[in-house]
Amino acid sequence: MSKINTLEDLNKAGKRGLATLIPSGTKIMVGMATSGIASGAQDVYHALDREIRERRLDIILSRTGSMGMDCMEPLVDVLEPGKPRLAYGKITAKKAPTLLEQIAKGTIETIKPFYRMDEEESIILGKSKRYGDGSVPAYLKEIPTIKEIPFYAKQVKIATRNCGLIDPESIDEYIAKGGYSGLYKAITGMKPEAIIKEVIASGLRGRGGGGFPAGIKWKTCREAKGDVKYVICNGDEGDPGAYMDRSVMEGDPHSVIEGMIIGAFAIGSHDGYIYVRNEYPLAVANLGKAIEKAREYGLLGKNIFNSGFDFDIRISKGAGAFVCGESTALMASLEGAAGEPRAKYIHTVEHGLWNRPSNLNNVETWANVPAILTRGGKWFAGIGAQNSTGTKVFSVVGKINNIGLVEVPMGTPLKDIVYDIGGGVPHGRKFKAVQTGGPSGGCIPEKLIDLRVDFDELWKAGSMMGSGGMIVMDDRTCMVDIARYFIEFLESESCGKCIPCREGVRRMRDILEDICAGKGQAGDVELLETMSQAIIDGSLCALGGSAPNPVLSTIRYFRDEYDAHIKEGRCPAGVCKALIKYSVDSETCTGCGMCVKVCPTGAARGEKKQPHVIDEATCTRCGACLESCKFDAINVK
Amino acid sequence: METARTDERTKLREIIARYHGEKSSLIAILQDIQEAYNYLPVAILKMVGQEMDIPLMRVYEVATFYNAFSLTPRGKNVVEVCAGTACHVKGAINLLENLERELEIKCGETTKDETFTLEQVRCLGCCSLAPVVRIDGNIHAYLTQQQIPDILRNYRK
Ligand SMILES: Cc1cc2nc3c(=O)[nH]c(=O)nc-3n(C[C@H](O)[C@H](O)[C@H](O)COP(=O)(O)O)c2cc1C
Ligand code: FES
Repeated sequence: MSKINTLEDLNKAGKRGLATLIPSGTKIMVGMATSGIASGAQDVYHALDREIRERRLDIILSRTGSMGMDCMEPLVDVLEPGKPRLAYGKITAKKAPTLLEQIAKGTIETIKPFYRMDEEESIILGKSKRYGDGSVPAYLKEIPTIKEIPFYAKQVKIATRNCGLIDPESIDEYIAKGGYSGLYKAITGMKPEAIIKEVIASGLRGRGGGGFPAGIKWKTCREAKGDVKYVICNGDEGDPGAYMDRSVMEGDPHSVIEGMIIGAFAIGSHDGYIYVRNEYPLAVANLGKAIEKAREYGLLGKNIFNSGFDFDIRISKGAGAFVCGESTALMASLEGAAGEPRAKYIHTVEHGLWNRPSNLNNVETWANVPAILTRGGKWFAGIGAQNSTGTKVFSVVGKINNIGLVEVPMGTPLKDIVYDIGGGVPHGRKFKAVQTGGPSGGCIPEKLIDLRVDFDELWKAGSMMGSGGMIVMDDRTCMVDIARYFIEFLESESCGKCIPCREGVRRMRDILEDICAGKGQAGDVELLETMSQAIIDGSLCALGGSAPNPVLSTIRYFRDEYDAHIKEGRCPAGVCKALIKYSVDSETCTGCGMCVKVCPTGAARGEKKQPHVIDEATCTRCGACLESCKFDAINVK
Repeated sequence: METARTDERTKLREIIARYHGEKSSLIAILQDIQEAYNYLPVAILKMVGQEMDIPLMRVYEVATFYNAFSLTPRGKNVVEVCAGTACHVKGAINLLENLERELEIKCGETTKDETFTLEQVRCLGCCSLAPVVRIDGNIHAYLTQQQIPDILRNYRK
């Protein structure tokens, strides 16, 4: 591969990319992000590959990342010359031959696509490219366009712009979508100060949780004293229930790398690090390959774009410690030490990694940067809400129909996310709350469903943006159990360096466990509140400082559930094992014997075709009967 | 015994050389050791200290701080039950208890025949497929208690 030194070189690579992105022949794309693979995409890929080779079909098979609609995975997209791109959901290896036959016949008879795309959008170039001549064959008119299906209708993709569209291993395809043009513009045509000004004008706030303005951080780091500075990407993604950073690192690694190079040039840094959590092997692999490619092209290394600017990136793998997502702990971990945070008054932009000025931003923050450089800060600031500009990626998971990753403008009402995009709560149950902000966040109750989701509104409601996890909960989720769950999480993840966090959180866990076990006492809630304040005030880092949030927010909105546990010995959601009973509804039970078969203790009993019963004394409330009953005849109260 | 020790030292030196002996790569080096031995043998940790000129206390501190490291041998298949929020609200705790029953061990333990080690992890990033369990690196999505015996049988083979 020859190096890319000029705009002409870049355009040439883009042309090569376009030739594989929208080829002259038929192309099939399989979504191969971790979630796709876990749903069986690997088998689908191999089956397609085998069939194509055996039948000597003239079809290009390619891998992409995830378009976000995980509930439809494995996803296969088909692009034929002159036709819209078609998306097929829940494809299995078995269906592969049928799909290929259908393509050969030019029909959609047997397997229906669930949406079509008439054009390919490129947010960076600010334009769309029609597939073929843009006409839609009559037989495809009945298929809704991507913008007509509720899951995608309200989405605006900036950070995840290429995920699911390009092959993450192809730097050319990334360039074809306008990639590295922001870097070219920045390095060859802008002064570092002007770049920083642009990022400040965009209003971009850190997507890793704190929401600190990225441009201001860059400026401070640029102005900090020191010849050696570091640029770091936080890919630790520790919040449980959040996986947007994984999706970007796996599906569009160059967007992060390009953002970092731009940032490094603006700040005056020559060394970059990406810290990726241990649980993301595919992200590490794809980032590694992308870095190699960028080096081959000279986009990393010495004298980038003949500008005299040098920069390179190393990947560092975490080893399973939540606290290492915190900036000072992360830097300690990069130095090869235990990830214990430092006191807050020492700023990492001045004294960070190896005590040198260091600029840390989150994966999604970096991925936004190339778009800001090409389209301008003003353009970005025009999207989203007043003090929360741009978009945010959320993982909408838990008790929700359309599970997946969504990217919406900041300020989108929670209602739109839960009902329009998410399609509401499954099994006809009642929506109760959304948990945001990970272990530092809180639960937004149903009555605040109109809340416009941005940094400040979430904060006002007693929660946080965090990294973007949205765990939807229904009436079968116990809010006291959720508080206990997060506190237990934080107790085990507390590094133990400061006492308020180490001992305080442990005591709170004891109290919450007692409440869940039916041993709660009057005054427990008040005690939790008092302890919370002490932990917030006295902790060394934000882990402890925000640890009580899940408890405080559940007390604030769901005090009645705490009271039910403490005063009535009742768990209204039917979760806390010490407080619930399993029974069989004799009206609906058909006596099929399923519960008897799966019950591990023999508590479920009964004759065939006769209503069964559950013996309370031997029942361990393991839920096996509930899970296996096809007639909804198991009651939990 | 002597030659075994020398062999291990050679193996370790190879791992350390991958990172040019940089002290800041201690975590990566321990990860590679764990990959090679399936856990972190104390004898090897002592060698790491000697070879890299890092006090054993520091090596030990890092080895015990991070959840990914194990100081005891692990089974052939590591069963990791996700305890992330999405999996929690979808009943991951029942899966864990079921696995404890099936394998006749507690979370964190290894079966006597050393086939399985049962562990809990904090979110595997497959929250959309909750509840999930990862066995030997393979994600099992939308897992139900009913499926567990069959899945374990496949790994026992
Ligand atoms: C306990 C704790 C855990 C954190 N975990 C993460 C994380 O996993 N990913 C992340 O990007 N930021 C995390 N943060 C926030 C980082 O400290 C830091 O603010 C962020 O990476 C800065 O980048 P940003 O300004 O682009 O958001 C965490 C903070 C705390 C206190
Ligand atoms: S919560 Fe289980 S994979 Fe994320």
